[in-house]
Amino acid sequence: MQELTLHGSKPTRHGFGEGLVVLGERHDNVVVLGGDITGSVMTSLFKDKFPDRFFSIGIAEQNATTIAAGLALSGKIPFFASYGAFCALRNADQLRISVCYNEANVKIGGGHAGISVGPDGATHQVLEEVAFLRTLPHMTMLVPCDYNEAKKATIAMGEMVGPAYIRFGRSPVPLFTNDNTPFEIGKAQVFREGNDIALIANGALVWESMLAADELAKKGIKARVINCPSVKPFDVETVVNAARECGAIVTAEEHQVHGALGGAVAEVTAKNAPVPIEFVGVRDSFGGSGEPEELMVKFGLTWKEIYASALVAIERRDKGSSGIRRVKDVAQYAE
Amino acid sequence: MNVEFEQKVFPNKRQSAEELAEVALHIRRDIIKSLVLAQSGHSGGPLGSSDIFATMYFGGYMRYKPEDMTWEGRDRFVLSAGHMCPVLYATLANAGCFPKAELATLRKYNTRLQGHPGRDMGLPGIETSSGSLGQGISIAVGMAMSDKLLDKNDRRVFSLTGDGELQEGSVWEAAMAASHFKLDNFCWIIDNNDCQIDGRIKEVLDVYPIDEKCRSFGFDTIVVDGHNFTELMSAFDRFLENQKNNTGKPTAIIAKTYMGHGVSFMNDNYKWHGVPPSVEQAEKALAELV
Ligand SMILES: Cc1ncc(C[n+]2csc(CCOP(=O)(O)OP(=O)(O)O)c2C)c(N)n1
Repeated sequence: MQELTLHGSKPTRHGFGEGLVVLGERHDNVVVLGGDITGSVMTSLFKDKFPDRFFSIGIAEQNATTIAAGLALSGKIPFFASYGAFCALRNADQLRISVCYNEANVKIGGGHAGISVGPDGATHQVLEEVAFLRTLPHMTMLVPCDYNEAKKATIAMGEMVGPAYIRFGRSPVPLFTNDNTPFEIGKAQVFREGNDIALIANGALVWESMLAADELAKKGIKARVINCPSVKPFDVETVVNAARECGAIVTAEEHQVHGALGGAVAEVTAKNAPVPIEFVGVRDSFGGSGEPEELMVKFGLTWKEIYASALVAIERRDKGSSGIRRVKDVAQYAE
Repeated sequence: MNVEFEQKVFPNKRQSAEELAEVALHIRRDIIKSLVLAQSGHSGGPLGSSDIFATMYFGGYMRYKPEDMTWEGRDRFVLSAGHMCPVLYATLANAGCFPKAELATLRKYNTRLQGHPGRDMGLPGIETSSGSLGQGISIAVGMAMSDKLLDKNDRRVFSLTGDGELQEGSVWEAAMAASHFKLDNFCWIIDNNDCQIDGRIKEVLDVYPIDEKCRSFGFDTIVVDGHNFTELMSAFDRFLENQKNNTGKPTAIIAKTYMGHGVSFMNDNYKWHGVPPSVEQAEKALAELV
């Protein structure tokens, strides 16, 4: 069980930018490639500190990805960062073949993740990349929940060997983990104990899950909150234990409901411990312009949906229906 | 800030440089107004390219019906540099495609004026979604192929890219295809303001010489002062002639512009690429744009 208290808010991209500087200090062979948005994805911090190890590649994400592969195959540890729409999907083939098939030690930082990008709209709000990246052999895929975890995850991915991707956001999100909160690639952490329902989340929806757990507690329901930053490799044990001990699960992520964290949870529980699961995420639609908070509400990515989904999952479990028929629709529980 | 949009709309016909300058002024004023209300978005590229848009949409080069932007015979424009949409929205509003008051909804929830063009919202005159750089020009080439090679009509397709955008390799794949398929019905406009997000083009990744590249890719290439209406008109005239004479060559217009042009404190400064004016700055800008 973790000591977690809220310390204001900060964007996860700051954790990425600062983590890169730490890596630069520790390792001479860490190099960074820029894609003309170095200020917004915070690689400018590294560029200012280590100008000789920073290369501006221009607006050319496919080229930057393959150049990174070449650098990695020459013993460097290249990081390339852009918006996730462009450095996970525009360059998908390059990631698949030049990076993953080569097992090249390339690190990608994907910003502007999720709907909370806000007014820029659908083109920039990437909601699909986690599903794609977790299907790539050899890829490590990380989705940190706050600034502190983003910094730890950045350092960890730089110090492991192999292709890795970190997903971070533009807008400030609650800061609630601390220096002592453990982070390990391949591990999920239980942020709150409980045996009545498991809430498994990553990114900004971890804090929303904590809020949902508070609300459920008022009804006497003890929710287990699991932070799952490592979508790949995946902590099968922690998730399967949660399925066995809680008997019902809600997954929550700022992503399409298909194929990402929810998909990973469904795959491992279907095989090892099938239980009712409700999925909180974007429901097969593109995003749109608006203010971040407004969009999180409109697209159903707040504690309220997690709370309502928990009640549905519990009811499905207690009525012995494991997903063949929905007992009640989530909407009936939502305020 | 209390912002009002004037009701005035402009015709699309052969007109003088002075008349086009008047249209461009209105476009620039509307860009400032919509951006100050949105409090996010791109000022630099839209202001810098307003003279190009005024010429292209109001000089009689594009055939369209403001009241029916789905009309089958229309010429099409694809904004490849999607982030520059405030200028396209202001242009379409000044043409009368939709009420100017709607410019106040830029970037707001459920707006038809998305932060980057969203075809799903159905704003009249938006042919494609864009915002991922280097894709719009290929869509435009596909449209031009459909018109010229399959439907065999005389429709025209225009597409505008930024100059930083030229760093995307796919732009050159599109260029190669345009000349391979002899698309003299296709006009590529490059907004050459020499600025992108991180700085000057040469510092970020050198794309020069742009004119020689376009020529070697098979384009009839015209370099103009992008703030000079006479030069802009003669470039678009040449495109029309190329199409009429069946030259089999696509046209590239390289318009030398200044980012943020028209507003003294934004002019030629890449820091204005992606930020809106504050209320104070908007007031100052509108005072200059008269
Ligand atoms: C594929 C892709 N990569 C990155 C971006 C982020 N981005 C938006 S505008 C821009 C700079 C574009 O420069 P330029 O084409 O010169 O336009 P200008 O700065 O003159 O408006 C970048 C990198 C994007 N929209 N699409």
